[in-house]
Amino acid sequence: MIRSISSFGRYPSFQQTNKIYKKTLSPFLRLQLTNYSSLYDHTAEPVKNLNVGVAHSSFLLNSIAKIRNDSELSQLGLAQAPTKKMNMCQAINDALTIALNKDNKAIVFGEDVAFGGVFRCTVNLSQTFGEERVFNTPLTEQGIVGFGIGVAAQGHTAIAEIQFADYIFPAFDQIVNEAAKIRYRSGGEYDVAGLTIRSPCSAVGHGALYHSQSPEAYFSHTPGLKVVVPRSPIQAKGLLLASIADRNPVIFLEPKTLYRSSVEQVPEADFSLPLSKAQILKPGTDITIVGYGSQIYTLENAITMVERDMPGISCELIDLRTILPWDVETVVNSVNKTGRLVISHEAPITSGFGAEIASEISNRCFTKLESPINRICGFDTPFPLIFERFYLPDLARCYEGIIKTLKY
Amino acid sequence: MMDQSFSNKNSHGKGRQMPIHYGSKKLNMATISSPLATQIPQAVGNAYALKREANGNCAICYFGEGAASEGDFHAALNMAATLKCPVIFYCRNNGYAISTPSAEQYKGDGIASRGEGYGIKTIRVDGNDIWAVYAATKKAKKFAVENNQPVLIEAMTYRVSHHSTSDDSSAYRPSKEVEDWTKRDNPILRLRKYMENQKIWSMEEEAEALKSIKTRVLEAFAAAEKMKKPTISTMFSDVYDNSPPHLQAQFEEVQALISKYPDYYKVNDFSSDL
Repeated sequence: MIRSISSFGRYPSFQQTNKIYKKTLSPFLRLQLTNYSSLYDHTAEPVKNLNVGVAHSSFLLNSIAKIRNDSELSQLGLAQAPTKKMNMCQAINDALTIALNKDNKAIVFGEDVAFGGVFRCTVNLSQTFGEERVFNTPLTEQGIVGFGIGVAAQGHTAIAEIQFADYIFPAFDQIVNEAAKIRYRSGGEYDVAGLTIRSPCSAVGHGALYHSQSPEAYFSHTPGLKVVVPRSPIQAKGLLLASIADRNPVIFLEPKTLYRSSVEQVPEADFSLPLSKAQILKPGTDITIVGYGSQIYTLENAITMVERDMPGISCELIDLRTILPWDVETVVNSVNKTGRLVISHEAPITSGFGAEIASEISNRCFTKLESPINRICGFDTPFPLIFERFYLPDLARCYEGIIKTLKY
Repeated sequence: MMDQSFSNKNSHGKGRQMPIHYGSKKLNMATISSPLATQIPQAVGNAYALKREANGNCAICYFGEGAASEGDFHAALNMAATLKCPVIFYCRNNGYAISTPSAEQYKGDGIASRGEGYGIKTIRVDGNDIWAVYAATKKAKKFAVENNQPVLIEAMTYRVSHHSTSDDSSAYRPSKEVEDWTKRDNPILRLRKYMENQKIWSMEEEAEALKSIKTRVLEAFAAAEKMKKPTISTMFSDVYDNSPPHLQAQFEEVQALISKYPDYYKVNDFSSDL
């Protein structure tokens, strides 16, 4: 059998296509970029006077002064609290340490967890809390989640790790048919309130099909689950502690590219950030932009460039933080103010979570909308190794997409 | 293999998968996928179809002792036994699944003992002995094909390398343990000693072979690295047999972007779509 050759042979030529579609891009504005550099790379060179990438983000609370001035931390009484410099990996380790310290019924388990995990998020926990509480499991994701359900049904706290979100699917049945439905089907007699499933997700530059996926939308289709995606060390610590404390099964997806690239002054205290509460990272008046996880930093850079190239325009950026149940109100209020909405995520666009947001917002804000809701997302292909730069909703694509929506 | 590892335009997988995810239709070698143990029940299906073709062929499926903990392994063995499929399950028990030693992977007598439980003929073999592995596989194939039954082989060995280039195994096992195995017993060393004893190989030939092979590997490395990547349209092909309209539209979106920002996207790294 001959492997089918590219189906694109009957396409219009590159130049023809270019002519046809050039008009969909902003003809007068051009992103001042010359080199493709990873947005997550510490060494990313300043691109035309803009420092791109996580390391340069203004959203990271990487100084004591920023902590003191942060409104959410102030509301939680954490703005004056002692902090420690941590990357997201260390912040997750810190959250797990706190959870294990305060709750003797809490256990942490998964593949390679005992030596610290392949991303080092569980380092030293087994030594500190003993092998009965922090341990390796055999290599079986369905086993890990099923086991966690049993532990949680017994009233204990199960913190399971699935080594990569791409490998969560053998556990799909346990998550979707069991964890999510136990309370409902038992008439409230049983629950898995204490179950949290942590898993690294999203692009990392070289992960290809099976070390890059963002599977949040699959789980967002499952009543009974909560789905959380943090964007930074402080967020990861506060949201993970909230997820562990939450009385529902939570899928906690950690963008792996942020494990080391994002660094903040993290409050040392035991604290929780609210689930199902989005955060307005940057207020603006002309367009609402919604994202979550590592995509926030791409959007931050795109917004900076759009505002520089279109003087007078201001963009509002919202980090959704919790995917299910999501904070409809914050997004509705924003879109009612701005009249325009862009949603961006790495996962494929078709049936991605952006579709849900677009649908709900068009229903709630129909008369206020001045342009179609624009989704800037991963394309509808498996995650392709060598084509990652074209697959992702990257800086150039977000820049062009935001301008298109603004100029509609 | 080098083309696959560099995701260049000659790679069978068209640059889409991580390195060491090769496959070849010509060689009847199913393309490797990263998820563990998924291939085991698939091999049973292959074997069932081969049985129906009645050409004296069977399927052979390789996996590690870690993958044998996945549900797919157990499903596969039971399916193969009940449906009488000519398939060889070849487990390479090398003692480690990333950091997890086999002592934490199972408590029974290795993987071989499970074959018995499913009613499957089983061979345990010294995986460092290339002739024993050859003989066991040959015998398993004969049995599988002649009887339309599965066979499980457990080859015992030791993983002397790290799990991958992003793993440092000194974090979870003593370097001395690895050194000992490297020096004392591994398949390459054992074969070399055998050949030297048979006077068909010598230290000098070994040194010469290592040198010339290294040169050839580096040449292949350099050639594959220099080669252009596949065409950008390759990103959208093979998702389906034919490209549906939404993928065509998405490719057009990419084309418009790269024509506006060709340097930013390093379009020259890729073969031309023209």
